[in-house]
Amino acid sequence: MTLMEFLLLLRDAIPGGIRLAIPLIFTALAGLFSERAGIFDIGLEGKMLAAAFAAASLAFVTGSPWLGLAGAIVVAMAMSLVHGFASITNKGNQIVSGVALNFIAAGLTVVLGQAWFSQGGRTPQLANDARFGAWEWPAVDAIGEIPVIGWIYRFVISGQNTLTYLAFLAVPISWWVLYRTRFGLRLRAVGENPGAVDTAGISVTFLRYRAVLCAGFLCGFAGAYLSVAQSAAFIKDMSAGKGYIALAALIFAKWRPVPVLFACLLFGYLDSVAIRLQGKSMPFVGEVPVQIFQALPYILTVVLLAGFIGVANPPKAGGVPYTKER
Amino acid sequence: MSAAAGPLPPWVNYGLMPVLNLTVAFLISGLVVWFIGESPWEAMTVLLQGAVGYGEGIGFTLFYATNFIFTGLAVAVAFHCGLFNIGGEGQAYLGGLGAALVALSLGDLMPWWATMPFAVLGAALFGAAWALIPAWLQATRGSHIVITTIMFNFIGSALMVYLLVNVLIVPGAMAPETRIFAEGGQMPKLGWLLALFGLDIRAAPFNVSFLVALVMCVVVWALIWRTRLGYEIRATGTNPTAAIYAGIPYVRTVVVTMLISGGLAGMMALNPVMGASARLQVEFVGGAGFVGIAVALMGRSHPFGIVLAAILFGILYQGGNELSFWIPTISREMVVVIQGLVILFAGALEYMFRPALARIFARRPKPSPAVAAKA
Repeated sequence: MTLMEFLLLLRDAIPGGIRLAIPLIFTALAGLFSERAGIFDIGLEGKMLAAAFAAASLAFVTGSPWLGLAGAIVVAMAMSLVHGFASITNKGNQIVSGVALNFIAAGLTVVLGQAWFSQGGRTPQLANDARFGAWEWPAVDAIGEIPVIGWIYRFVISGQNTLTYLAFLAVPISWWVLYRTRFGLRLRAVGENPGAVDTAGISVTFLRYRAVLCAGFLCGFAGAYLSVAQSAAFIKDMSAGKGYIALAALIFAKWRPVPVLFACLLFGYLDSVAIRLQGKSMPFVGEVPVQIFQALPYILTVVLLAGFIGVANPPKAGGVPYTKER
Repeated sequence: MSAAAGPLPPWVNYGLMPVLNLTVAFLISGLVVWFIGESPWEAMTVLLQGAVGYGEGIGFTLFYATNFIFTGLAVAVAFHCGLFNIGGEGQAYLGGLGAALVALSLGDLMPWWATMPFAVLGAALFGAAWALIPAWLQATRGSHIVITTIMFNFIGSALMVYLLVNVLIVPGAMAPETRIFAEGGQMPKLGWLLALFGLDIRAAPFNVSFLVALVMCVVVWALIWRTRLGYEIRATGTNPTAAIYAGIPYVRTVVVTMLISGGLAGMMALNPVMGASARLQVEFVGGAGFVGIAVALMGRSHPFGIVLAAILFGILYQGGNELSFWIPTISREMVVVIQGLVILFAGALEYMFRPALARIFARRPKPSPAVAAKA
C-alpha cells in the first residue's frame, strides 16, 4: 500500500470510527455517573448486552424502535437496581456483583432468545422502520462538493441515526448535570467522601441509587444502538467486550465527561482502522497484526494507570460500601 | 449493620449462610426455567442425573471442577493479601502457551510423567509472568489491580490469537490451533481412579491434572497457614499499614502473592490443553477465570471449601450441558445464567441474610451482673 492509499484509508476510517464509538460513549458516560458516585461498575458490559436484547425483541414485536429503546432502558435500569441492591444496600463486593450481572446477561439473553424466537439466541431480523434510520441532511449533494468541509458534511455530519446525535448530546448534558447541578455536586462528593455528604444530612444510599440508575439509563441507549441502530437484530454476545473498552475509555479520560468523548472516539477510530487494515501492509512498517490495534486501547489504559501519561486519580471512595457510623 | 450483633457461630457462617444463598440462586434459576415454559423439577433432575448420575457424567464434572479448583485457588491466594485478581482468565490463557510450548518440545522426547513437571512449571511461569506487571503497578504505583488485570485479560487474548493465527498454527491448516501433542505431551486419563468405585468414565477427559490440583490445594493451605510468607500475606491482607509497620515489605509481598496467584491460574491450562484437547486452541479458558472468583468466595478462600465449590460448579457445568441436550428449549447458556445467579447470591449478596441470621444465632455476650440487676 502506498502512503497515499494509507492516508486515504485513515480518512475513510473516520465515519466508521464514529459509528463504533457511539456505544462506547453512552456506556462510558454510564460508568462515569456510577463511578463518580463511588460505585465500581464492571457490569456495564452485561447491561449493554441485556439492553440490546430487550431493544431488539421489543422493536421486533412492536415494530417501533422507540419502544425498543424504552424497553432497553427499563431492562438496563433494572439491572442497575440489582447492582445497587447488592453493592449499596447489602454492602456486597461491587466487582463480584458486576461479574455476576455480566454472566446473567450473557446467559439470559440467549436462553430467552432461544425460548422466544428459536433462532439459536438471535432475534429475528428487524424491518427497516423498526430501526433507527439515518438522517439525510439537506443539500448533501451541493455542500458535498466543497473540498474538506463537504466531505465532513456528507460522511460525518449527515447520514447518522438518531442515537448517534443523541450520544453527542449526552456528553454536554452529562457534563452539565455533573458539574452544574446540585445533584451532580453531591454525586461527585459522595464518590470522594460519603461521610461528609452524610454529615450534611443527605442520604448516601438514595444518592448512590440515583447514580446507578443514571448509569442504567445510559446503558439502555448503548444497547439499543447495538441491536436496533447499528445492526438489525440481537446476536449472541454482540457487545463483545465493548463494556470493558468503555471502562478503559472512562479511565483513560480520568473520569471526566468531555475527555470521555475523545477517548471513546479514539478507541472507536482505532477499531475502525484495524478493520480496514486487515491483511494490508502499512507503508514503512509492513503488515501490522490487527491484534495490536485490538489491544491498543487496553495497553494505553494500563500505561496511563501506571502514571506515565499524567496521573489518573479514581474517585476516592470508589468500591467502598458506605457504613454509617454507629 | 450486623457486625454489632456479634460473630455468628461457624456452622452458620460456613454452612447455613452459603446453603441459603445457593437455595435462593437455584430458586430463581428454577423461575427462569418455569418462565420459558419448562418444568423446573424435571430440569433439575436432568441436570443432576447428567452430572453425577453415571460414570461419564462424573468424569466430566470432575474435569470441569479441576479447572475451577485452579482458578479458585488463584483468586483465594490474592484475596488473602487483600488483592482482587480478576485476571485469572488471561493468566490461564497465557499459562496454556507455557504448557503447550513444553508439550510441543518435550512431548516428542519423553513420556508424560517426565514432561509433566516441566509442563506444570511452564504453565505456572507464563501465568505468573502475566500477573507480574499488574502486581508491580499495584505495589509501586498504586494502579488499581482490578482494572489492570481486566486490561491484561484483553491484551492476553489479543496476543494469544495473534500467536495462534500467525505463529503456532499448523502450516496450511485453517483452524487457529497448534498440532496435536505427541503421547508424551498429554496428561493420561484417570479412568482407573473412578473404576475403583465401579464407574466407567468412557470419553470424559478426567485426567491427571485433577491430582495436580489437589496437590496444589495442600500446597496453598500449607503456604497460607504454615509458612512465614503466608503469614506476611495474611498480615498485609488484613491491614497493610500494620504489616508495613511490622517490617513486612509491602512491594515484595504483593508481587510475590500475585505471582503465585497468576501461577495457579496458569496451571489451570494443563487440564483443558494437555488433558483434554491435546492441543492449544483459541478461547480454551471459557470463563473459568471468572468462575474462580465465585469459587473462592463460596469456599471462603480455604482450599477445602474451594474443592467443594469447584465440584458444585463442575456439576452445574456438566449438568447444564446435559440439560440443553435433553430439553432443547433450554439452551446451553442456562448454565451461564445459573453461574451468574450463584455468583450474585453467594458472592455479591453474600450478607443478605446476615442481619436476619445474626438476630437468631448471634452469640450474645452474657448480660453482666450490673445490667441484670437493673433489669
